Amino acid sequence: MAVKVRIPTPLRKLTGGKEEVYVQGGSVTAVLDDLERNYPGIKERICEGDGKLRRFVNLYVNDEDIRFKENMNTQIKDSDELSIVPAIAGGFF
Amino acid sequence: MSYIKALKCRECGREYPKEALHVCEYCFGPLEVAYKYDEIKKSLTKEAITRRPANMWRYRELLPIEGDPTVGAQVGFTPLIRARNLADSLGVKELYIKNDAVNYPTLSFKDRVVSVAISRAREMGFKVVACASTGNLANSVAANAAACGMESYVFIPFDLEQTKILGTLVYGSKVVSIQGTYDEVNRLSSEIAGKYGWAFVNINIRPYYAEGSKSFGFEIAEQLRWKLPRHIVVPMAGGSLITKIWKAFKEFEMLGFVEGIEKTRVYGAQAAGCAPIVTAVKTGSELIKPVRPNTIAKSLAIGNPADGYYSAKVIRESNGWAEDSTDEEIIDAMKLLAETEGVFAETAGGVTLAVTKKLIAQGRIPVDESIVISITGNGLKTQEALQGRLVLPPVINASLKEFDGLVKSLEKKYAARG
Repeated sequence: MAVKVRIPTPLRKLTGGKEEVYVQGGSVTAVLDDLERNYPGIKERICEGDGKLRRFVNLYVNDEDIRFKENMNTQIKDSDELSIVPAIAGGFF
Repeated sequence: MSYIKALKCRECGREYPKEALHVCEYCFGPLEVAYKYDEIKKSLTKEAITRRPANMWRYRELLPIEGDPTVGAQVGFTPLIRARNLADSLGVKELYIKNDAVNYPTLSFKDRVVSVAISRAREMGFKVVACASTGNLANSVAANAAACGMESYVFIPFDLEQTKILGTLVYGSKVVSIQGTYDEVNRLSSEIAGKYGWAFVNINIRPYYAEGSKSFGFEIAEQLRWKLPRHIVVPMAGGSLITKIWKAFKEFEMLGFVEGIEKTRVYGAQAAGCAPIVTAVKTGSELIKPVRPNTIAKSLAIGNPADGYYSAKVIRESNGWAEDSTDEEIIDAMKLLAETEGVFAETAGGVTLAVTKKLIAQGRIPVDESIVISITGNGLKTQEALQGRLVLPPVINASLKEFDGLVKSLEKKYAARG
């Protein structure tokens, strides 16, 4: 079992073109760390140097924005889905 | 001569060529136009500006097109009114109204951004222009596209005011009405922009488009005889205008045209039924929590404002504040503005005036310093909001006797003969 992560178009170069990938982790931070282990270079596109989520990137756990949950500490369990969605001009990709 | 240096990410500072790009590939931050300020400083003077025709292009060195504007050469330089009657009514000393309700050609400040966006889009070779809109932008894109012979597509939420729909269709624009909120219209438009390669003024042309709003701020400063107001109240939808007015003031200060920007405070106004930026300012939060809009101020009904973060930042940076107003307060303020100054503003103007009243009552805006209220659209476009809110005229027969009776019932004395 693993967590499904949905990759937006601009980051698919880093996942070999894959729209969805499966990684391990019990929190958003842990999932992103495992994502980075599997697809090096992807985390710095999503997070600032200090690990904070970039302002124009939204992360959703099962369609709920993590900023309105526990942010990077939001718990994730197997079979949950994490979506990475760049915020563009008030809309989404 | 072009003074555009490049496009630059507002978040990470990476630079991009001056093309139809709007998002940083690296960190997804919005791109903004960077200028060759050193060269502008050498060539632009207040005196030169003063001698130019009375339209927004008198500041053209600070607007992002390469050649001459190819549409909207007459836009801008709308009146800044010294509002003495309204000032009396609000109990303040020095009040001005910047009146873009009479902007050319479609009676809102959007003509400023659209003339820049379409002129720039044509320079980049686009043949089709488009937008996602809450109404005013729709009118302006349709009219300005028609004026320069371009094909236009306009995407709107289905529940817009009739006047704004008719006022778009009349120009021959292809209007697509979407079953959804503005935010959903905007999301779809982003996908269409990517797929069809059209110039969406507020999406892929946004860095250029947004700069047009600076002219609103430049004009205020010039019309105040090269001074900045101490207080300015600005309506917020996507939040772009307020940030660009601030940028305009800063650019003028940097060029030495005005001084004392540290004394200027910027205030944001939203409708209570759609106030995500006000909420962020009041709670001191950096996050803008999207809302589902419910307000008669439809031109401000953007629940997920693209420039929300930057608007809140400008408000904080200038020591300003933000407030919201209910539908009832909006209508009252629209009437007050019309009755005191003869200015019929759209619902957004009602929001701005109602918020100004509140800020004065709260003591946040002092009564003895200069205040500018930003009116960005025309009341003729949102007349539906006034349905049932005004006392309808009495109906009488064509008889002098009946009129005499009417005057008597008004209990007013006139020096009538006989």
